[in-house]
Amino acid sequence: MMNKPETNIPNAEELLTILAEKLQPLLRENTALVGIHSGGVWLMQKLLVLLAPTIAEKGIEHGILDVSFYRDDYAQRGLKSENRPSQIPFEVDNKHIILIDDVFYTGRTTRAAMNELFDYGRPASITLAALVNRGGRELPIAPQIVAAEIPLDSSQNLQLVQNPDNTLSLELINTSQT
Amino acid sequence: MNNPQLDTDGRLRHLLSIEGLPKKILNQILDTAESFVGVAEREVKKVPLLRGKTVCNLFFENSTRTRTTFEIAAKRLSADVISLNVGTSSQSKGETILDTVDNLIAMHADMFVVRHSQSGAAHFIAKHVPDHIHVINAGDGRHSHPTQGLLDLFTIRKYKPDLHNLRVAIVGDVLHSRVARSEIHALTTLGVPEVRVIAPKTLLPAQVEKLGVHVFHDMKAGLKDVDVVMMLRLQNERMNGAMLPSAQEYFKTYGLTQEKLSLAKPDAIVLHPGPMNRGVEIDSSVADGAQSVILPQVTYGIAIRMAVMAILAGGQGSNQASSQGSGS
Repeated sequence: MMNKPETNIPNAEELLTILAEKLQPLLRENTALVGIHSGGVWLMQKLLVLLAPTIAEKGIEHGILDVSFYRDDYAQRGLKSENRPSQIPFEVDNKHIILIDDVFYTGRTTRAAMNELFDYGRPASITLAALVNRGGRELPIAPQIVAAEIPLDSSQNLQLVQNPDNTLSLELINTSQT
Repeated sequence: MNNPQLDTDGRLRHLLSIEGLPKKILNQILDTAESFVGVAEREVKKVPLLRGKTVCNLFFENSTRTRTTFEIAAKRLSADVISLNVGTSSQSKGETILDTVDNLIAMHADMFVVRHSQSGAAHFIAKHVPDHIHVINAGDGRHSHPTQGLLDLFTIRKYKPDLHNLRVAIVGDVLHSRVARSEIHALTTLGVPEVRVIAPKTLLPAQVEKLGVHVFHDMKAGLKDVDVVMMLRLQNERMNGAMLPSAQEYFKTYGLTQEKLSLAKPDAIVLHPGPMNRGVEIDSSVADGAQSVILPQVTYGIAIRMAVMAILAGGQGSNQASSQGSGS
């Protein structure tokens, strides 16, 4: 909207359709979707609509994770004031879980999410789906399913935003050092 | 502004009393506790937030219930917990409070939960400890018991989320209660429009009206149309003085019975900090009745104490370091 950066940022809603298409074949019985707060939850809610027939047919359940209590930078940064309760209203044991996140970066959120999930039970498998992989991972973790690969510099910050009309968009913020 | 509870960035550093906590921090604690309620319902009732930290329960005065809830809260956060009944150990050998604290700091304690019969004990320790150590007041004399006040607030908010439309009655020994004053303060801060106190004159502090409450000496008038009834514990030791005639007499006038409770709104809830004197301030049929939220208070007490410890122990680094590595 403001100063368009040189990187071309795709339309989040279009990426979401791609993500839904890629996810479709993974939706089997005994699969559950888990959105990571907050962007992952927005995406999941839209995926629940886009994939509604399959989800109903296969009886796919869903939940929400807020990984604040499992983050590795808690000692430095403390708790964000807007943490939300995690809600996993299904049996995690032996489920095939698809974690949904907005922008995959360092892998630390995924690590925290996996640790939290294991406190609910022992899943059969965990798959990570992200709207965008922006590169820069710091752990041996990568998403199996992404709608777009957008390599970014560490001074850039890509965020999923929920607009007042309930559409989603991606915003690139340059946190250039002064 | 020199508030020992907050650091220079306005973040919570110690929890000593509810007075002096801005609305923002009160809400932060209540909201965080919301997330901890669910933790107790999981297969693994623990989160790793305080892994490797040592929480030291320093109880100069006995209180099994409070100590147990703090212990459970710290353990659910994965902290190591040491509970000391100091009254029965070093203190009786003549060691001062600060010597005891210094020794525990030398053993690398990270947080102190302090219970003392004297007002101001937790403040005194908080002033003494180095920056990285946090102090929680678990009750000091008649002065304050902030986590009890917070868990009451949390319970009220859980059952009656619209605080801006509530009528709350606090009933009983307001004079000796260490939570009543904090509670009145917090309820007002969070926007509760009408707080009443119902008690005999002898159990009310002087000029209690100045706290912004409506004073009643008659249960029937005071309970009319309230949404929340907060019973206070009547301390048996007060019975002997000139303050009260007898337990039976007190129960007749100020004890909460179904009959008196029926004057409140039909969906009113009843709170009590425990331990209860059944048949003195509250009738068993009310304590065990459908409107009682006394046991949920205990459950939420753990979540509140977890929230306070989690907020205190987190964020030791600078605020500015947050933009980096915050991504997924």
